[in-house]
Parts: sequence; structure tokens; C-alpha cells
Amino acid sequence: MNAKQKAALAEYLIALADDELILGHRNSEWTGHAPILEEDIAFANLALDEIGHARLWYELAADLLGADRTRFPDQQVFFRPAADFRSLQLVELPKGDWAFSMLRQYLFDAFEQHRLVGLSESSHMPLAEIAVRVRNEELYHLRHTRAWVTRLGLGTEESQARMQAALDALWPYARGLGAALPGEADLPLGIVPASAALYPAWAAEVGAFLAEAGLRLPSETAAVQADRAVRSEYMQALVTEMQEVARLDPEAEW
Amino acid sequence: MVISRPAAARPSEAQIWEALAQVPDPEMPFVNLVEMGIVRQLGWQGARLQVTITPTFAACPAYEVMQSDILAGLQALGLEDAEVLVRHNPPWTSEWISAEARRKLQTAGLAPPPRHQGDLLTVLMDPVACPRCGSEQTSLRNSFGTTPCRMIYTCNDCREPFEMFKPL
Repeated sequence: MNAKQKAALAEYLIALADDELILGHRNSEWTGHAPILEEDIAFANLALDEIGHARLWYELAADLLGADRTRFPDQQVFFRPAADFRSLQLVELPKGDWAFSMLRQYLFDAFEQHRLVGLSESSHMPLAEIAVRVRNEELYHLRHTRAWVTRLGLGTEESQARMQAALDALWPYARGLGAALPGEADLPLGIVPASAALYPAWAAEVGAFLAEAGLRLPSETAAVQADRAVRSEYMQALVTEMQEVARLDPEAEW
Repeated sequence: MVISRPAAARPSEAQIWEALAQVPDPEMPFVNLVEMGIVRQLGWQGARLQVTITPTFAACPAYEVMQSDILAGLQALGLEDAEVLVRHNPPWTSEWISAEARRKLQTAGLAPPPRHQGDLLTVLMDPVACPRCGSEQTSLRNSFGTTPCRMIYTCNDCREPFEMFKPL
């Protein structure tokens, strides 16, 4: 890859990492608040996994940019203005009720499996290697969220209603997963899978699965929220909270 | 000032592996990093020993502790000049856990991960034996446990909850 392509791949990886980081941060908000102890533990684990995966992508981006991989993740997470993040609005939305967080995690993880399969075939070996390892771990997420989506969708009248409300609210944002990531268009073939090419398989898979769980996909007339250059109205508050301690003393040693 | 030891005074490879086999897993101190398959390779860069490790789970919070524990273990052997390299390829798999370590996990009340030969999802459908009473009448309570690498079960016979090390 030439310098321009390396920069494009770094941009792509930072957007991927931002998604994982922000979703992980939202998941961490369930710690101490989940409806049952097991789910408190589960969401803490999901948070840890996503943030750990974000770190791997940030480190890989640092290598491409010739930056210090031991410092780069912290710089991106704790000292970057909210406006410079490239996360999808899907992951920025507040955690909502538990049905909302569970369904968001399912929709995101189901797409991520398709993306990781593509990334594990990347001709950029360091990227393929990380994708293979992340993919196996993510299988546990998908297994867990699938079980709960079914259970809640086919559960009580209230759980069904909450899941349907969550799906109606999330769907326009989730459809943004199929939009190209920053940098994607500038990469030669074989480095990353085209997001648009992953979308149909994901949509068919989640559509069939949600129908089995007694949920109706909303009509697709609502505008898709896919612009990663634009932050949702919730992001500034999230970033301020996430960076508060680090910014108090940027030189602190932990 | 760092004074490198002359090459002749190097401990043998067997001695180094032995020292590394004394380094406990930070979260499961009854097993060590060698039998867990975390230490992958030894190499020399001039006078500097390089130990390559592959962490179990990507987000394992213990892996920085592992690195400093390894260096401390090597220092006890007189090896001052050493570094720990982290490699993700091939990714760590529970298939690398030795038979001895599996037995230790079992004794500690942690069900060892089932052998899966690459097919994780199918093996998760198999019954899991309770590490205390051996009953296969157990139910999964949670795919996630107290660390990223464990999941929680309950035994329907002895009624005890227990954790299983996740197959990966």
C-alpha cells in the first residue's frame, strides 16, 4: 500500500474502533443497573470486549500512521474532540431500556460477523489476523443476544411491546451499517470488504430472525442515519463524561 | 547502567521454560502461563531474551500483569535483559491448554473447556459436566462470567453454581 492508502485504511480502522468504543461505553452504563445480576455481568463483559477490540483497531491504525501504538489509543479516546469521532449514530444513542440495548447489540454484532468474515480475508495480514481472533470472541456475543432477542420477542406482552418499540427506533440507524466507512472508497480491492456488499446478507439474516422472534421490521421510508461525519445530539455529553478524568491530569500515570 | 551478561552465562532454554512455568495466571493462580498455552516462543535478539505470548481473549485485562510477571520471573533467573512480545497470530485457542492444566482447572471447580477442533458453536450444545459431582444435568445460566474467559452454569443435581472456561 502507498502512503495515501495507508492513511485511508487508518481512517477506516479508527471509524471501526470508534463504533466499538462508543458501544462499549454505552454497555458499561448498565453496570450496576441491569435488571438481573447475570445481565449486569454480561453487559460488563460485552463492554470490556468491545473496548478491547477498539484498542486492537486503534493500535493497527497507529502502525499504519507511524504513530506510537502504546499512546495512540488513549490519545484517540481521551483527547479527541467529540466532533472528530467517526462513530455511527446507532452506537451513540443513549442506552434506552434493556430491550433497546439488547437489540442494538444484536443488530450491530450480526453485521460485525459479516464484516469480520470479510476482514479475515484481507490481503493486509495484520488486519486479517486481528479479524480472525475477534471473530471467535464475537460469536459469544451473537449467541447471547440472539437468545435474548428471541426470549423477549416471544415473551410477555410487555417484553414484546418494548422490543418492537426498540426495533422501530433502531432500524433507521441500524441500516446505516451498510454505508461505506471513511477511507473505504480509497482502498484497493481485497483490503476490506465493501460495506454495501455486506448489507443484503445482513438484512436478510436479521429480517428472518426478527420475524421468528415475533417482531415486525418497520417500513423503510424513514431516512437512514449513516453519516459518520455528523455526531448525534447525545455524543458531546458522552465524550465529556468519558474524557473528564483523563483531561483533569493528562500526564497522570495509572 | 545495564551490564549485559556474557553469552556463556545464559540459562539453558529448558531452565527458562521451567522459570516461565512458575509464573501463575494472574486470574487463575492454580495454573501457569506455559500450560495455558499463553507463552508461545523463546528467542534471542543478541543478548536480549524475547518471550512471545498470545493472550487468551483480546480484551483480557490481565495481560499487562502477565507481561510484568514474566519479566519478574526471568529476573529471578538472572535474566535482566528480556522483553515480552505480544502476538495475535495464530489466535489463542483453548485447544492449547495442556491435559495437566485441564485437570487443575477441574480440581479448582472450573470446568475445563470442551475440545472443539474449530467448531465452537456445535460443542457448546454438548452437556457440561459439573466439576464437583460430575453430573451432566447442568444448565447454562450466563454466557458471560467473572472474567471474559468464563461462563456460568448451575448443576441441577448438587445445586451448586460453577464456571466453565470458554472454548475458544
